[in-house]
Amino acid sequence: MLITLSQLVIGAVDLLAAFLLMFGLWRMASPVTAPSGILVAGIGMVAAILASFLYMFTVGAAAKPHLPVNIGLAVVALLLGTGIAWWTGRRVAVTAMPQAVALFNGMGGGAAAAIAAVELFGVETHAAVQLSVTLLGALIGSISLSGSIIAWAKLERLLDKPLHVPGLQVFNGALLLLAFALGGYIVFVTTGAGKPLLPMPELVEMFLGMSLLYGIMMTLPIGGADMPVVISVFNAFTGLAVGLEGYVLQNPALMIAGMLVGAAGLLLTMLMAQGMNRSIAKILFASFGPGKKTKRGAIKGSLKPVQASDAGIFMRYAKSVLICPGYGLAVSQGQGKLFDFVKLLQAAGVIVKFAIHPVAGRMPGQMDVLLAEAGVPYELIVQLADINEEFKTTDVALVIGANDTVNPAARTDKNSPIYGMPILNADQAKKCYVVKRGDGKGYAGIVNPLFYADCTFMVYGDAAAVCVAMAEAVRGLGAPAAAA
Amino acid sequence: MNFQLSISGFTAIYLFMVTAFAGWVIIGRVPAILHTPLMSGSNFVHGIVVVGGIFALLNATAPLEQVIGFIAVLLGAGNVAGGFAVTQRMLAMFKTSGHDGASTHKHTKHPRRVTAVGSKSTSAQKT
Repeated sequence: MLITLSQLVIGAVDLLAAFLLMFGLWRMASPVTAPSGILVAGIGMVAAILASFLYMFTVGAAAKPHLPVNIGLAVVALLLGTGIAWWTGRRVAVTAMPQAVALFNGMGGGAAAAIAAVELFGVETHAAVQLSVTLLGALIGSISLSGSIIAWAKLERLLDKPLHVPGLQVFNGALLLLAFALGGYIVFVTTGAGKPLLPMPELVEMFLGMSLLYGIMMTLPIGGADMPVVISVFNAFTGLAVGLEGYVLQNPALMIAGMLVGAAGLLLTMLMAQGMNRSIAKILFASFGPGKKTKRGAIKGSLKPVQASDAGIFMRYAKSVLICPGYGLAVSQGQGKLFDFVKLLQAAGVIVKFAIHPVAGRMPGQMDVLLAEAGVPYELIVQLADINEEFKTTDVALVIGANDTVNPAARTDKNSPIYGMPILNADQAKKCYVVKRGDGKGYAGIVNPLFYADCTFMVYGDAAAVCVAMAEAVRGLGAPAAAA
Repeated sequence: MNFQLSISGFTAIYLFMVTAFAGWVIIGRVPAILHTPLMSGSNFVHGIVVVGGIFALLNATAPLEQVIGFIAVLLGAGNVAGGFAVTQRMLAMFKTSGHDGASTHKHTKHPRRVTAVGSKSTSAQKT
């Protein structure tokens, strides 16, 4: 009776939760309804988690004696995990959010892999199909876990250089094949078709170890600039792993939520890859080559530094300014100061818009979030495809903390690793100011010919400090009404 | 009566197919401006894996299973809480800009309003 009632309640709550999660994502389609969307999804999640404790009434006889301990462990794990992640999630800087997403995503993948491990180490025998799905979920979840951690480390700059070892792709391919072969062998042995060479737990450990190693090895060679795409891929992976484990546990809420994210992640990844004009396969399997040092000599012109105040005043008397923000702006937390400067320009009658590259920052849409935080109205934030033609008729392009996304080498230099990526046509504006901390290269490690162009002037300094200096200079000119 | 669910064979594949399609359609209509919160939001959604972790842990019979189950719940809970906290913070930022122009937002397309917000910006001229 109690078992049936528990199953009924769990089934009903999970159904509701699955609906709320989908509905929540549905509401995320517009900035106005999105905050309520995440809240709706959150309610569904809490309900599903609370209801899942009713499983205590459904456990089999073998697990009954362990139940008090298991419940205690579950509560502790839940509180501990929630507490730590909540605390981290609330405190993490806006600039570090991509890393945080990578880390939390890795946790989900790890959880899916751990569930699979519990099933695999468990004593009960499984049917071949169920076992295969469990193994596949474990493989994908493990890759997502270890890969996400590497992605996190790269974005945190703990791992700076992409790994380039000749034959690495061959090694990775062999590793993955081996993992698949081992998985096949585990299924073969468990279904009673033969005697295992090693005890079962050891085979499973080897399988999980290989999967984790593959996640690390596949992420190491990928350059930092491609990390957003990688995070998105792992997001889809985790979703898929969760969906597969949901099948193993016969839990439709997990199946639906996991598959939903799997498909969403795939689409998002494709949109991102499209934005960079590179195929997903190329990003994942053909790493950026080391930058060619000979290129520097081929660039004509020189870097022309100017004062921030001069740049500010020039823009004050321009007709139109297009701003290309990049990660440097995020790092210096200069978005508010930049918008203050923009408001001064607008007061003086200058038409100002923000041109957003799809992969500006370390995550698609990171600049949108950042500018929204500063209070920039949506209307002024325009995506690459809609604004790129306007550079030709624009007086000033202000590149602030961006580099690779405005690098004309992507258009012309076939040897450049970013060749073919659509870029913001900042070089087509009549004049271009580049705000930069130093002469360093961009995240992709490529020289940018735009900085050496005749119409380009460099403003060295921290993005936030430069914005303040430019605003001061414009304010120093007096009331806008006084100007002609 | 028995409320034990059983989804097997083609039923599971049908469920996966329909859900994948739904996910594709739902995400396809989200404007590019929301892609970061969306990634974080979908990251939160797969945190439901914690439910599976709790199920596995409650059914654990050996110390090894208990340890791995504990890790599963711990990681899953982290996925849920962290995903929610980050997503909610990102979306709150969009709220503060206080614009109701959302209805005009289509995927990657944004209104081509050239004119700057004149009346607003003059009031912003402080100091």
